Amino acid sequence: MTPGRRVVAIVGLALLVGGLVWGVTGLYGFGRYHAAYGRLVARAAVPDRSATNSVVVTAFDYRAFDTLGEEFILFVSVIGVLVLLRRLRGERGRDEATAAAEDRRASESTRWIGLALVGPLVVLTAYIVVHGQLTPGGGFQGGVILMGAIAFVSVGGESMVLLRLRRTSSWVEMVESAGAAGFAMIGFGGLIVTGVFFENFISKGTSGLLTGGMIPLANVAVGLEVGGALLMVIAEMFDQRLRGRQS
Amino acid sequence: MSVYPYIVAAWLLGAGLYGVMSSRNYVHLIICLTVMQASTYVLLLSVGYVSHGKAPIFADIPTNSTVVDPVVQALSLTDVVVEATVVALLLALVVQANKRFGTVDPNAMTRMRG
Amino acid sequence: MNGLLAVLLTLVAGVGTLAVAIREPVRQTIAAGFLSLLLALLFFALQAPDVALSEIVVGSLAVPLMLLLAIAKIREQEEAVNRQPPEAQQEGEE
Repeated sequence: MTPGRRVVAIVGLALLVGGLVWGVTGLYGFGRYHAAYGRLVARAAVPDRSATNSVVVTAFDYRAFDTLGEEFILFVSVIGVLVLLRRLRGERGRDEATAAAEDRRASESTRWIGLALVGPLVVLTAYIVVHGQLTPGGGFQGGVILMGAIAFVSVGGESMVLLRLRRTSSWVEMVESAGAAGFAMIGFGGLIVTGVFFENFISKGTSGLLTGGMIPLANVAVGLEVGGALLMVIAEMFDQRLRGRQS
Repeated sequence: MSVYPYIVAAWLLGAGLYGVMSSRNYVHLIICLTVMQASTYVLLLSVGYVSHGKAPIFADIPTNSTVVDPVVQALSLTDVVVEATVVALLLALVVQANKRFGTVDPNAMTRMRG
Repeated sequence: MNGLLAVLLTLVAGVGTLAVAIREPVRQTIAAGFLSLLLALLFFALQAPDVALSEIVVGSLAVPLMLLLAIAKIREQEEAVNRQPPEAQQEGEE
């Protein structure tokens, strides 16, 4: 940046940050929040839905429409990543040889740690996703951990796993699309049964794991979608890295 | 000092925006975007904070205790994971642009028209 | 507002400025990971465990992995261009 442009940039930035600071001094003081909607949701979550995590109840039940929009943002950006990176593919035959050569150079201990962590991480994912309405957690966090469970294997030294995943990527794509469509179908289920989109039409239960009506189903759908989406993104980026090494 | 969290959020936004404007590497620019996203999470969660409030999870506290606002937490929770995927899309764009133009410098890319 | 929140907010502002000031991408990835960790601690102090869990998982697992893979790919592409003979590079620039 030339000095003239830098001065203009800093002046503009100072005006923006100054305006922002002037704006936030008109907010409630820190800690003195007293709007009614949050208090209402916090009071109503446990008697209404029998679920103890009012944040997940808000995100997947009261404001499920916003979460549907966020899910589709995720879906579309993963489509964008696949469209961009798949165009760079050329031949496929040299991938396996390069990956096998790289795997031989990797250390044994990292390979074994990567393989040993898959089981516990999948169990952790299932725990976090299913208990979303009771303890902190839910579909989004569980999906990212699911991606981690399989990415650890490849980072540790078994890159062939991700390459085979890319070749048979149709079932990962199906899992991801099933998650995205499943969430929308839950909304339509509410529309069919009660005439209101995303109405919680399944019986709420009293306490324990099977509470919250449609919230556990929505959590599972979101977990599948986020896990599948991030897995496809990581598989495409690994593919790019391996391809470049021998060109 | 009751506006200090909001000042920190405004500072992070300004710093991230300065990094975006003065960046000479697209990957550096993407990480400055991450800093700007962090400022929005800090602002949202600070607005919803209630003094001496507990976390809005009623697994072990009585249902009429003072809790912080759960609505802003629901907004931030979905946002964090979705923004990571948008960062992935931006990185794919940068990789593709590097293949096409041979550089990751924002200033150089305007001059190399193919 | 107690001392813990004040300290965490100041640290977040400082490490955020550091992440912007470092220009080299790999070192900046480390700074961004550190920023995510501090943000997660701040979210815990603000009584938001769900958001803190999301931030930990994304900021230490998903984003650094994608960033490092993209940086490695950009380096491979630059090395491939540099290994070509100079005439091919001249043709590429025109």
